[in-house]
Amino acid sequence: MPPLGKMILRRLLWVFPVAFGVVTMTFFMARVLNGDPTELYAPPEATDALRAEIRARLGLADPLPIQFLHYLRDLLHFDLGISFTTGQSVAADLWDRLPATLELGFVGLAIGIAAGIPLGVLAAVHRERWPDFVVRGTTLSGMALPQFWVGLVLISIFFVDLRWLPGPVGRLPIGIALPPKVTGFLLVDTLLAGRPDLWWLAAKQIALPALTLGFSSAAPIARVTRSAMAEALQSDYVRTAIAMGHGKRVVWFRYSLRNALLPVVTLIGGVAGHIFAGAVLLESIFAWPGLGQYALQAIERSDFAALQGFVIYASLLYVIAFLLVDLLYMFIDPRIRT
Amino acid sequence: MSDALLEIEDYSGAFVGETGELTPVLHGVSYRLKTGMMTAVVGESGSGKSLVALSILGIQPPAFERSSGRMLFRGSDLLELDERAMQGIRGAEISMVFQDARAALNPVFTVGRQLADVWQLQHGGSRRAAMTQAIEALRRVSIPEPERRALQYPHQFSGGMAQRAMIAMASLICEPSLLILDEPTTGLDVTIQSDIMELIVELSRTRGLTTCLITHDLGVVAETCQEVVVMNAGRVVETGSAEAIFTRPSDGYTQRLLSASQLVEAA
Repeated sequence: MPPLGKMILRRLLWVFPVAFGVVTMTFFMARVLNGDPTELYAPPEATDALRAEIRARLGLADPLPIQFLHYLRDLLHFDLGISFTTGQSVAADLWDRLPATLELGFVGLAIGIAAGIPLGVLAAVHRERWPDFVVRGTTLSGMALPQFWVGLVLISIFFVDLRWLPGPVGRLPIGIALPPKVTGFLLVDTLLAGRPDLWWLAAKQIALPALTLGFSSAAPIARVTRSAMAEALQSDYVRTAIAMGHGKRVVWFRYSLRNALLPVVTLIGGVAGHIFAGAVLLESIFAWPGLGQYALQAIERSDFAALQGFVIYASLLYVIAFLLVDLLYMFIDPRIRT
Repeated sequence: MSDALLEIEDYSGAFVGETGELTPVLHGVSYRLKTGMMTAVVGESGSGKSLVALSILGIQPPAFERSSGRMLFRGSDLLELDERAMQGIRGAEISMVFQDARAALNPVFTVGRQLADVWQLQHGGSRRAAMTQAIEALRRVSIPEPERRALQYPHQFSGGMAQRAMIAMASLICEPSLLILDEPTTGLDVTIQSDIMELIVELSRTRGLTTCLITHDLGVVAETCQEVVVMNAGRVVETGSAEAIFTRPSDGYTQRLLSASQLVEAA
C-alpha cells in the first residue's frame, strides 16, 4: 500500500498525458471544423499570391504535423495566438476574463452545494413523505428547465416586477468604476479597497446569475445526495449504529452522510467543471464579462485562436476539477487511501 | 416475575408489498429467553428467526408490519415503547451482533473510533478516555496489537477480526443484559467459527449475559446452548432444553433438521 503522498503525486502526474490528449484533440478538431482561417484575414479581393502569403505568415502553409509541433511549442510558452476580434493575445484575454467567471462560479456552486446537500438529506430521511415529494418535484424542474430560461424568469421577477435586484448589466451598475484589481474577484477587491458600498453593489449584481447557477446545480446535487443517503440509511452499518443506541441525528449526519458524500463529490466535480468552463448563455443574458461571453463572441465571429484557447482552458478546468475530486475522495474514503 | 428476561408472546406479522398486499411471515411466535442462559433459535433461512430478533430491538425492515404480539423485557412490553425509550434500551440493555461484521461496521471510520463513539454514547466521558476503553475492549477479545488495530478501518480487518470487534462493541462497550447474536459465525472459516463461539461463550459466562444465538448450525448449538427454540416457516415448532431437543425431538421438522445435520457431520 503506497503512502498518501505518493498516491497524490502519481495522480498529479496523470494530468500531463490527459492535458496532452486534450490539446491534441482540440488542435485537430479545430482544423477539421474551422476550415481555412485565411479567409478571415484576407480581404475578399485578395489575390491567390496574397492569400498564400497570409497563409504562410499564419503558419498554415506547413504540413499539419509541423503546425502541431509549432502550436505545442507556443503553448509551452503560454502563447495561444492572437485573437482576431480583440487584437490581443488570447492568453491575456482569457486571463482578463477568468476572475469574472470564477467568481460567479464559486458563488453559484456554493449556493448549489449549500442548498442541494441539505435538501437531499431532508428528502432521504423523509422518504416517500411530503418533504421528499417537494424536493423531488423542485429538483426535477431544476434539471429540466434550461438555465437561460431560469435566468430570464428570475430577472423578470426580481428586477422587472419586484425591483429588489438590479438589472443584468454585468458585475457592477453602469458607470461605476471597478476597484483596483488585486484578486480580480469583486467581492474581495471591493473590501480590500475599503469600499463596502461597492461590495454591496457587486453582491446585488451577482445575486441573480449566481442564484440561477445555484438552482440548476442544486438540483442534481440534491437528487444524488438523496439516493446515496437513502442507500446508506438502509445499510448494515447504519443498522448497527441504531442497534448500539445512537440517536437519529448522529445516525444521519455522522454515520450516513459521510458515506453518502462519495457519489455527491464526484457529481460536484462534474458540475463545477461545467460551471467554471463558463456558463456561456447565462453570461450573455446577464452581460457578465466572463469566459462564456468571450467564447460566444469567438463562435459568432469565427475567432479561431480565441475559440481554441477557450476550449483548452475549459478542458483543463475539467481535468483540474476531477483531480480535486480524486484528492477529496482519498480524504473521505479510507478504502482508497489505505 | 418469571425467570425469563425476555418473553415473546404471540408475535405475528406480514410484509407489506408495493401495492399494499400482505404476505404473512410470522405466525404467533412465542418463546422465552431465560435469564443468564444461552438460548439458540434455530431454523433454516427464511424461517423468520432473524426477523423476530430484529423486532426485539425495533430495527426490523420498514416493510414489516406487526399484527399481534407482545415482547416483555423485564416485564414491560418493548413494542409499546416510543422511539426515545427504545433508544435508551438499545445498546444499554439489549445489543446485537450481526452476521457480516465487515458490512456491519462503517467503512469510513476507524474501528476504534466506532467503538469509542458507542462508549461515549453509553457512558459519557472524554473522547480520549473512550478510545482507551475501545482499545481495552479490542484487547479483551484477543485482537493482537489493539492500539494499532483501533486506528484501522473495517476493510483492513479479516472477517473473523471484524466479528471480534463487533462482539467487543456489542458486549463490552455496550454493557447489555441481553446479547443477541444473529448468525455470528456464518461465512467465516470453520476454525475461526469455533474461536468466535468460544469467545462468545466465555464472555457470556464471565459477564453473566443472557444470550440469544440465532443460527442454522446445530453443531454449534449442541456445544454451547442450554435452551433451544426451533422455528420453521414463521412458526415456533418446538422449544425445550438442548438436551431434550437433541435426544428426544418431538416435532417432525426438528427430527429432519437433526438428521440432516448428522448426515453432514457423518460425511
